[in-house]
Amino acid sequence: MNTSRLNGVMQNAAALGEKSRACLNDFKSWVQLDSTNLSDGQQLAVKYFTVAVILFFAQILFGLLAATQFIYPSFLYEILDFNVNRMIHINAMIVWMLYGFIGCVYWFLEDESGTEIVGLKLGNIAFWVLTGAVTVVVLVYLLVQIGPGKDSSLWFINEGREYIEAPRWADIGIVVVMLIFFYNVVATFSKGKWSGIAGVLTLDLVALAGLYVAGMFYMTNITHEQYWWWWVIHLWVEATWEVLVGVIMAWSLMKLLGVRRKIIQTWLYIEVALMFGSGILGLGHHYFWIGTPEYWLTIGGFFSALEPIPLVAMVVHAVYDSGTHAFKNGNHPALAWIIAQAFGNFFGAGVWGFMHTLPQINLYTHGTQWSASHGHLAFFGAYATINIAFFYLAIQHWRGDVWMGGGSQNAWRWKWALGLLNGGVLGMTIALLIAGYEQSFIERAVEGSTWGGYFTAQNHPSFQSAMVWRLFFGTITFAGFILLVWDLLTIGKGETRKAPEIIES
Amino acid sequence: MEETPIWASESFWKKTAIWVTAGSFLILVVLTMDTLTKTSAGSKRVPAYAVINKKVDYQYDKALHKSMPIIGENEFLFGKEYTEEEARQLVDLGKKTTQAKNCMNCHTLLGNGAYFAPDLTKAWLDKGWISKDMREDMMVKFLMDPENNARTYGSNRKMPNLKITEQEAKGIIAFLKWMSSIDTNGFPYNFKTIEAED
Ligand code: HEM
Ligand code: HEM
Ligand SMILES: [Fe+2]
Repeated sequence: MNTSRLNGVMQNAAALGEKSRACLNDFKSWVQLDSTNLSDGQQLAVKYFTVAVILFFAQILFGLLAATQFIYPSFLYEILDFNVNRMIHINAMIVWMLYGFIGCVYWFLEDESGTEIVGLKLGNIAFWVLTGAVTVVVLVYLLVQIGPGKDSSLWFINEGREYIEAPRWADIGIVVVMLIFFYNVVATFSKGKWSGIAGVLTLDLVALAGLYVAGMFYMTNITHEQYWWWWVIHLWVEATWEVLVGVIMAWSLMKLLGVRRKIIQTWLYIEVALMFGSGILGLGHHYFWIGTPEYWLTIGGFFSALEPIPLVAMVVHAVYDSGTHAFKNGNHPALAWIIAQAFGNFFGAGVWGFMHTLPQINLYTHGTQWSASHGHLAFFGAYATINIAFFYLAIQHWRGDVWMGGGSQNAWRWKWALGLLNGGVLGMTIALLIAGYEQSFIERAVEGSTWGGYFTAQNHPSFQSAMVWRLFFGTITFAGFILLVWDLLTIGKGETRKAPEIIES
Repeated sequence: MEETPIWASESFWKKTAIWVTAGSFLILVVLTMDTLTKTSAGSKRVPAYAVINKKVDYQYDKALHKSMPIIGENEFLFGKEYTEEEARQLVDLGKKTTQAKNCMNCHTLLGNGAYFAPDLTKAWLDKGWISKDMREDMMVKFLMDPENNARTYGSNRKMPNLKITEQEAKGIIAFLKWMSSIDTNGFPYNFKTIEAED
């Protein structure tokens, strides 16, 4: 290559760097966020939140691509096939939610322990390592996509197991980063003070990280493989994540409404007992049809049918606390999203889950759009909502604890974002529910689940129109997301009234 | 002064939470050990890999009110009899290939995965392969070049070309045959196999 061309490239690169720096500076002066309002732990937390929002965007984008392929199968055929889009859709979801949770914990760690984070520098390094790894994984998903049937593919491209597709090298990286996070939590509480919330959090994180390891092995025997795969997926979302959210919720309600610690912690223990008491053996509702013994029909059916109980308790808890404090608080969007969480969790996980959890029904709904209907409402209702609520808590503090009320001039933005996001996901859920019922009847009950039966159900007009409605409500969800981001960046800008100090009562 | 009753106290619920969690987990560990032994390859529920040498069918059992896998006479795959170790290697290649090609994000296996393409649990037994004589050949061709061997049943949904080699295709077919012999407690219900007369 001749030097002048090389020089040209270098100059272009330098100019590009310059330009992006200028853009970033413009952006910073536009958002007007003052980072001196944040403690060190909170500055780390907002980094996690930022990546979480970006991945949330990726989730929705690739969901839309996958949903389009249901209607136009040749769309991006052999360029970005359905399996690639769907994998990125659900992986981005898992990862953005974990980023959000880690951010939440870093956010309140100093407040709850009463001291500074012990390994702040380590925490920052871990953040960059994790984010770099996530970027590489996604690029490989997009550009390499698949490999030959060899171990090396599972190590470096993708593991091909729904939700935990990340290649093995990344698994190991994730575990290391989680260990650093865990060290930070335990060491900080040990240096400062322990509390009920701290204790539950610590034990829950041990379980959460430990379970991930159960999903890191290759097995020829698919029954064994799926057995362990569900340990990760089910025991995450129906046990450890649920408790983690309980912890985050407990701290938020204390800060937002001033609920007394004793009451909050008692509730937290009740929720842990009910959630783990039903959710751990409720795992059996995934062991009906994968080759595992028949006793799982009884155990899985019975315990999973109890799982809605803690979710009812959580609704009671959130609504009762809000009511006794007459909904008095200085952050209306956060409280609105917390209420959305209580109901979304109850309906998405509790009601939608219960509806197909008995084996007599699951025989027909298993592996249909019914599962997708439940999956969307549950993940959104239980885990997207709480993260969004926390984003609002964080942005308020970042703005210097200004008033964020429903009557403010730009409050329409968060209200519309709330409405569009919840309405969009609910609309998709209903569309998928109709598709799921149709599949259960036609593909499973009438046609006996043959390939021909599958396509008869897919070609049915009610299925096809459900797919159109799903895409329509998907775009509503997307619009809500855009509005949400805009609102998060601008809410409280120029607001001078302070949020009232909330005192424990 | 009002006393907090024991059932409303923090410490009571703390202890309850610990005991309930530990108890449930312990039961799960015991059940896991039992399940793993009862489902190891070569058990009654999950046949040994050499089952690919046999005829596999799935028939409704009136007494049990569900369909059960039926393992029959010798019926070699690709005209060859495999030892258990050879069969394991072939199924292993197939299983690994299904992961490396990310099949699960379009299809379901044992009903788990994605809903863009048909379930693979009993794919080996599906009537879609028209007749038993044509089945193996059709499957290899389809897997290696799905675009030109597509049967979309009027849906226009085509499987993409995943650059599956012939050996990998054979492995996948062995894996599918083996998987179709697993006792899945009657899922799918009312499934009519390629063996069934109309
Ligand atoms: C927030 C909590 C929950 C989340 C995020 C969640 C999410 C999901 C998702 C994504 C799936 C589909 C898995 C797949 O891809 O195959 C699923 C399956 C299932 N869930 Fe949940 N779930 C939750 C709680 C519950 C609860 C409380 C119940 C029961 C009361 C339940 C019952 C089921 C059942 C029976 C299936 C199996 C569906 C099938 O047979 O295909 N879930 N869940
Ligand atoms: C623009 C909005 C969205 C669209 C268009 C969309 C579309 C899709 C599509 C096409 C699938 C594949 C389903 C299949 O295999 O047939 C899927 C799966 C899934 N999506 Fe979404 N999605 C959207 C938003 C969300 C949100 C907000 C969440 C949760 C926070 C979510 C969670 C999931 C889950 C858990 C699955 C796996 C379900 C299962 O396997 O049962 N999606 N989505
Ligand atoms: Fe579950």
